[in-house]
Amino acid sequence: MTDAPASPAFPRPAASAPAVDSTANAAATPEREQPYAALGLKQEEYLRIRDLLGRRPTSGELAMYSVMWSEHCSYKSSKVHLRQFGQKVSPEMTANLMVGMGENAGVVDIGEGWAVTFKIESHNHPSFVEPFQGAATGVGGIVRDIISMGARPVAVMDALRFGALDHPDTHRVLPGVVSGISFYGNCLGLPNIGGETWFDPVYQANPLVNALAVGVLRHEDLHLANARGVGNRVVLFGARTGGDGIGGASILASESFAEGSGRKRPAVQVGDPFAEKVLIECCLELYRAGLVEGIQDLGAAGISCATSELAANGEGGMAIELDAVLLRDPSLTAEEILMSESQERMMAIVAPEKLEGFLAVTSKWDVETSVLGEVTDTGRLRITWRGETIVDVDPRTVAVDSPVYERPIAYPAWLDAVRADTSATLPRASDGDQLRAQLLALLGSPNLADKSRLTDQYDRYVLGNTALSQPDDGGMIRVDERSGLGVALATDANGRYAYLDPYAGAQLALAEAYRNVAVTGATPVAVSDCLNFGSPEDPEVMWQFSRAVEGLADACLALGIPVTGGNVSFYNQTGQVPIHPTPVVAVLGVIDDVGRRVPSGWQDEGDNLYLLGATAEELDGSAWAGTLHGHLGGHPPRVDLERERDLAALLAAAAHEGLLNAAHDLADGGLGVAAAEACLRFGVGARLVLDGLLERDGVDSTAALFSETGGRVLVAVPREEDVRFTRLCEGRGYPVLRIGVTDAGGEGGPDAALEVQGMFRLPLAELRARWSAPLATVLGEGAITAAVR
Amino acid sequence: MTRVGVVTVPGSLDDRDAQRAVRLAGGEPVPLWHGAHDLDGVAAVVLPGGFSYGDYLRCGAIAAHSPIMSEVIAAAERGMPVLGICNGFQILVEAHLLPGGLVANDHGAFLCRDQVLRVENTSTAWTSLYEPGQHITVPLKNGEGGYIADAATLERLEGEGLVAFRYAGINPNGSANDIAGLTNPAGNIVGLMPHPEHATEPGFGPDTDAAMRSGTDGLALFRSALERVLA
Repeated sequence: MTDAPASPAFPRPAASAPAVDSTANAAATPEREQPYAALGLKQEEYLRIRDLLGRRPTSGELAMYSVMWSEHCSYKSSKVHLRQFGQKVSPEMTANLMVGMGENAGVVDIGEGWAVTFKIESHNHPSFVEPFQGAATGVGGIVRDIISMGARPVAVMDALRFGALDHPDTHRVLPGVVSGISFYGNCLGLPNIGGETWFDPVYQANPLVNALAVGVLRHEDLHLANARGVGNRVVLFGARTGGDGIGGASILASESFAEGSGRKRPAVQVGDPFAEKVLIECCLELYRAGLVEGIQDLGAAGISCATSELAANGEGGMAIELDAVLLRDPSLTAEEILMSESQERMMAIVAPEKLEGFLAVTSKWDVETSVLGEVTDTGRLRITWRGETIVDVDPRTVAVDSPVYERPIAYPAWLDAVRADTSATLPRASDGDQLRAQLLALLGSPNLADKSRLTDQYDRYVLGNTALSQPDDGGMIRVDERSGLGVALATDANGRYAYLDPYAGAQLALAEAYRNVAVTGATPVAVSDCLNFGSPEDPEVMWQFSRAVEGLADACLALGIPVTGGNVSFYNQTGQVPIHPTPVVAVLGVIDDVGRRVPSGWQDEGDNLYLLGATAEELDGSAWAGTLHGHLGGHPPRVDLERERDLAALLAAAAHEGLLNAAHDLADGGLGVAAAEACLRFGVGARLVLDGLLERDGVDSTAALFSETGGRVLVAVPREEDVRFTRLCEGRGYPVLRIGVTDAGGEGGPDAALEVQGMFRLPLAELRARWSAPLATVLGEGAITAAVR
Repeated sequence: MTRVGVVTVPGSLDDRDAQRAVRLAGGEPVPLWHGAHDLDGVAAVVLPGGFSYGDYLRCGAIAAHSPIMSEVIAAAERGMPVLGICNGFQILVEAHLLPGGLVANDHGAFLCRDQVLRVENTSTAWTSLYEPGQHITVPLKNGEGGYIADAATLERLEGEGLVAFRYAGINPNGSANDIAGLTNPAGNIVGLMPHPEHATEPGFGPDTDAAMRSGTDGLALFRSALERVLA
């Protein structure tokens, strides 16, 4: 797909209207009716723009304000809540923070002169309308945020939510999303090191595609998006501007879907990963040569966003000749050029004496470049088109001082009844055979099944620094080849918990991602979040949102790690039914030597298996309740952040001492599922004895196997380190209990099994067959299955 | 130290990995730019993986005509060791240094997996340190790795022992005769779809029975070439 026809989203002027709606023309024709509603602006917002300008906006100005004041770009409904992330901050949280929220991505000092930038962002609506391009450009967009900080992107991850696995729309959306991520990420040469895939009917017709990218830089390479230095040139480089993605931020990302969303397809951008790969190398060479004063990627709202944000963050003035923009489609109107979200474009601020050097680098990489204008001291963003001024605004009114709403909030009328309906009345297994069948059913359910059929479509090797990747709990990338310094990343969210209690649900998502980083041996240091919710105009959704933000901000303070950036995705609903609140939380950790990383499964015979943490009776909202009983009610597991902190510190110490052969977080499906996954990781079995656990924690076998109490990790400890490990746990006062031993099941593992003494024995072959089946079914029994499995 | 060139074209992705592999094998990696008409005095050349020029035409088709390739082709014809990995193999085929073609995987998807190969020919510049019939594990990652050739070509390849590597256990992409890699009759040119450069450093390679990510079976390719040019 190349030049899409101009989008019908922006109404073209009638033939009789003047070709260019200049500021003079706007002043002279105050009465002209303007299509603000079609552009997603409310009447009061339109009136405010007229107020700010002292006249009606030109059609170009209206285009700019409409995209920049959209929910997606302006955070107008979320801002009042998101402030908490800046307020609930302790000195330990800012100690290593080089750039916090508000820039393209946060930057964290990880030591040895290195810094890391990372961010997770949604591309939900485009991925529903056009799964392949929507997901592909989601990856492309987040990677450009990383480049614009001066960093080399080094890995990507993705957090995905789809409808029921057997629903026809999932069959339409899922293969497209996965191949879009695969296509774009693989062609960029970025390893995909993890993420999650979740199925629930609440995401039918509203899938979530959240893409994360991480980049590394030396401290001195940090770049920011500001236009300073009067006379410095404003340079647009990368792909040409076309008619794709017009109004993507406003009409697509900031509204709910009604029937006929296919008509919004022209609002989805089209990606070219080769152009972006070249852009990465080109930008890095420009940075190395010191040729860039400020830089901004072009994502949502395209040139409107880049010019107004750069100007607003700098001296405040900028003069742009829009005619200089290189076009794929010469018939584009000025408004379309301002709004286009064509991919793979960057805008740089370049000192005049460095322009020649700049152009030499872009021409080396065959990257098309045009000088659009310069930084001024007028305090105005002025854009001309065909000799006439079509935009003359204070850039801060576009980029910074957008409307802020205190949306009404209402406690959901249905919530008390849902919470009263706990899992206590659900039938429990009465013998080992039933427990065995339940564990098999859980592992064979879409959410807990093997995802390798999806993740095998992603390159996890490229760049040669991948120390851990899916299916391990966290991904890990080496940053420094000499010292082994590295970072670990995990993303998590449990919409079921957040539905029952958004405050606790957001905290549990953070706690799980934090734990998933800790089990790798890394120390968690920073957070990025992607908050996926329904319509902010629904007071009950707004209540969920406010509670989730509060929970997350409080939990970050308790854990001592800052939120460095992220995004909010509202309007995730089709019709009146919102998705479950889904705050996806990404945690970044640091490890001083990736050689000490810990995988999530055991490889060796005869390791002792220990369970860290105590088990409570917490089955509400669990996979056991949902998958086996179709139940969702009660209260999610109790949050204990102090315990999570102690656990992470214990794991870091144990990994540092080399005491762990494996460590696997207990989450969905509890101990039973965690033990099965750790067996399947390398095909080595285990024998568990749960008597001590049942007795110590006073739970029955169902709770022991399937409860989802937090703060628990299953670890494999080599025999010779047994004493040191138990002493370490006792010294730190963390509950620890030996519950079994690994068992390879003979040479080559013919008899490998997961055995729970006195309850059941599950051969790994049987377990693996059930675990691999669900995704094989949806993607078809194609040649991959036949040939590779 | 022996200098080994690693060509970078726009869209090269595994070029730094190939450079690292050369270094780990004991050579000195020398970056070569696609637009240059100069091999910078290197003793061997690696064409790394990636999506050269976006591979929007046919994989490797445009790169085969890049300026540096005329130098690579001339050097290869003089006997310089040349290795093409993945996209580099596709480029060698498009440049007619190796016969046949590479098409989309028969299952239609990009596939990343640890792949077992059987070394079929140990007389080439890049395989002399392997044992005949040795099984090695290296990562495979591509969308268009299906090897095709007409019956006469396949017969010639088999008859003259020009199959360098064959997929063992399973054929991951529908390649004819399970062909994973080829050599030319002189043995100085080798191309293969799997990525030996990603099996050269303990901790970052494929899993082995001994430990995860510990596989370094790919190192011998690079060492073989270094030995050859020193001999």
